[in-house]
Amino acid sequence: MKRFFNWLFPHPFLTLLLAVVWILLQNEFSAGMAVFGLILGVIIPRGLAVWWPDRPVGFRLGKMAVYICIVIWDILVANVQVAWIVLSKRNKDMQSAWVVVPLDLRQPEAITVLAGTITLTPGTVTADLSNKGHYLLVHALHAPDPDAVRDDIKSRYEARLKEIFV
Amino acid sequence: MTMSEVGTYAAAIFLLIGAAFAVVGAIGLLKLNDPMKRLHAPTKVGTMGIGSLLLGSVVISFVRGGSSIHELLIMAFLFVTAPISANFISKVIIHLRGCDETPELDNEQTWSTLVQREEDLVAQDKTQQS
Repeated sequence: MKRFFNWLFPHPFLTLLLAVVWILLQNEFSAGMAVFGLILGVIIPRGLAVWWPDRPVGFRLGKMAVYICIVIWDILVANVQVAWIVLSKRNKDMQSAWVVVPLDLRQPEAITVLAGTITLTPGTVTADLSNKGHYLLVHALHAPDPDAVRDDIKSRYEARLKEIFV
Repeated sequence: MTMSEVGTYAAAIFLLIGAAFAVVGAIGLLKLNDPMKRLHAPTKVGTMGIGSLLLGSVVISFVRGGSSIHELLIMAFLFVTAPISANFISKVIIHLRGCDETPELDNEQTWSTLVQREEDLVAQDKTQQS
């Protein structure tokens, strides 16, 4: 029974997400559309399962929600800071720097989320990943102290992601 | 003040904030002098700019009575896809050496854009010979 469940729902959260997105796309809720969304949510992950064999084992939805709220708040704050830097600082005063972030995360999904978070918060852009996936290359627009940026990323985002993807 | 007036003003404020961040992003794109630095400007437009423009659209649609939440989906899709294009652009910049020297790594690792594959070297030799 458990094997059948795993076969039918290779990514249970993806099934849920697809159903919710489908209902949101309709812009109004009806039972038929919910059922159709669920059908899509079963067919699409099943069809894609071949290309995504190593699914993350544990995924904590509640902690992910908290994480998303923190990231949105950081985006708001960082946007204002970076807008001020862009408008007030001259080019030669701007101390842009490469920041190397050593990764403790190993799951590709978790690293993807971390890289996306770093790019979305203005002032830092994820540029590259090392060939064995143990370091992230981050470009900071104005970082007088690159080590502080690295520690901030590690303590604020990576530590939380380690608890979400277990 | 009625609810609809409050909603209209809120939508107007959201539109102004979004437009302001779009302008700042455009100024950044023009002013900054380094390709890597210039990449920072569009991320602001993509998050705050578009985000608050769409929030304004949500608010005004609720004021007019036809509730619409498509904008939240647009926002979600933008937030998911924007980092990928930024990553590709920065990979191209690194590949063409259009930026400062990237930091070295220990443990025999290198940045994946700079990895020299054997197929590439063979292809290079072939073009040089011909």
